Amino acid sequence: MRGRIVIEIDGLTKRYGDKTAVDGLSFVVEPGVVTGFLGPNGAGKSTTMRVIAGLDRPTSGTVRVNGKRYPGCAAPMSELGILLDAKSVHPGLSARNNLLALARTAGIGRRRVDEVIELAGLAEVAGSRAGGFSLGMGQRLGVAAALLGQPRTVVLDEPVNGLDPDGVRWIRLLLRSLAEEGRTVFLSSHLMSEMAQTATRLVILGRGKLVAETSVEDFVGHAADGDVLVRTPEAVALSRVLAAPGVTVTDDGSGVLRVSGVTAEQIGATAWRAHLPVYELTPERASLEEAFMQVTQDSVEYHAGATR
Amino acid sequence: MTAVLAPPETQAPAVAGRVTQARVIWSEWTKLSALRSTWYCALTAVIVLVGVGALAAGGKPYVVSAGNPAETAVSVSLYGVLLAQLVLGVLGVLVFSGEYGTGMIRATLAVVPSRLPVLWAKLLVLAGLVLPVTLVAALAEFFVATAIQSARGGSAISLTDPGVLRTVIGASLYLTVTAVIGLALGALLRRTAVAVSAFAGMFLVAPLIVAQLPHSVARIAPYLPSSAGGALWGQPLATHPLGPWAGFAVLCGYAVVLIGLAAWRLRRRDA
Repeated sequence: MRGRIVIEIDGLTKRYGDKTAVDGLSFVVEPGVVTGFLGPNGAGKSTTMRVIAGLDRPTSGTVRVNGKRYPGCAAPMSELGILLDAKSVHPGLSARNNLLALARTAGIGRRRVDEVIELAGLAEVAGSRAGGFSLGMGQRLGVAAALLGQPRTVVLDEPVNGLDPDGVRWIRLLLRSLAEEGRTVFLSSHLMSEMAQTATRLVILGRGKLVAETSVEDFVGHAADGDVLVRTPEAVALSRVLAAPGVTVTDDGSGVLRVSGVTAEQIGATAWRAHLPVYELTPERASLEEAFMQVTQDSVEYHAGATR
Repeated sequence: MTAVLAPPETQAPAVAGRVTQARVIWSEWTKLSALRSTWYCALTAVIVLVGVGALAAGGKPYVVSAGNPAETAVSVSLYGVLLAQLVLGVLGVLVFSGEYGTGMIRATLAVVPSRLPVLWAKLLVLAGLVLPVTLVAALAEFFVATAIQSARGGSAISLTDPGVLRTVIGASLYLTVTAVIGLALGALLRRTAVAVSAFAGMFLVAPLIVAQLPHSVARIAPYLPSSAGGALWGQPLATHPLGPWAGFAVLCGYAVVLIGLAAWRLRRRDA
């Protein structure tokens, strides 16, 4: 082993002027799985990633990549590959020259540059100026740059932004295989549904503070405690037999009851015992986005539609 | 899907090696030489230098005498330096501000997190480009202008006449240092428009303003960068109480101070 392949963030605080972007953040990103960094816009995800890459200095706290402070690494490109945003390229340079310029700082040759161009699906546009690229192609170029040095740790800020469905699928498979190879993979998103399909672990951030460190599985399971919709011609009678402490039945007169506090299985069994017909029984999962919003509700900086 | 990258813990040598100053220089040369703006600026500077020289040589034939030394004739024909310095100053500014403006600086500093090697590399490749290009242009200008002059009845001036070679090489050295000052301003101020304004203020506006000030203040005029550095190539708009090399040293002093500030800011500030 050449040391642990992890990102360790310990008590990180970053202030810009009197605005606190990240506030006492501590967590560890482990190798072998894809870890999602989730939070609403302005939660401090990008700031944290910039500090990991050594672009911004922490106000206090420490960040270690593979056991070292990243800015002190002798061979930075083999330790950390980073995509900060799709615009971190020179529009006047071709895709290939953008990559070559980065590659040459670490003595990486043309062959490897061509490999990542191929990997990112940019072979046909490698000679074109990056200024003419769509957002999606810019993202692919940024991901190619992050992978140039075959880094042990990969950090990507909103990699899915601007990608078409094909690109989204590409990046999911790519991240998964990077993790399977034993690398540490850390990516941010403000979309829970995206994370649910890509990540295994979750670090949830709100207003610069850690809200939860969990697995996607637990988070989704937690989100599943939703209402059950019951369509029945005997709404009044069924409401009566379902009534119990902790159970809420809402009847809006349309023939569909909204029941919370019991499972769909229990409702079906109760209806059968009371000989009441049920046409439809739909467990309504709180969507992942709703669950995510519940978790981060108190920490969202600007509520949509809020007036000030 | 096949393996994307080699497993991270194999014994195979890592693809990415150490960051060395030489590698960063190569990287910066890759950028500078691949940008069209570099060659547009360089070509413009050459055209301005030679073109203005040829125009100046079309004026009254210059006769060398005790009061009219050969080097003055050469200085006058190098008038184009005053325009070329703007073009090359902008080229210098863009070396950094172009990266801040496009966001590439984040990619650059993420792969060279110690940062200062980027500044040294950019200085070296810029000077390494501007010095030979302006030297060739100044020599070409000299031969074109003197050929036109002697054809029109002026004195034949040779590179070996007193002060002539110093004036021609001096124009190239002066332009190289002004481009370096542009680079330092770009690193320090980060925004192209701001840095170009600062450059123009330093080299064009400051001398005009100082000339309007009371005599006690106007005494600093020879120490302004354009006049001080101008002593080396005999900048025709100014008098030069400083000797050629003393004046050039003052210009280099400005460059060193600005590079120092740029290095400090690059190290200390968030990218």
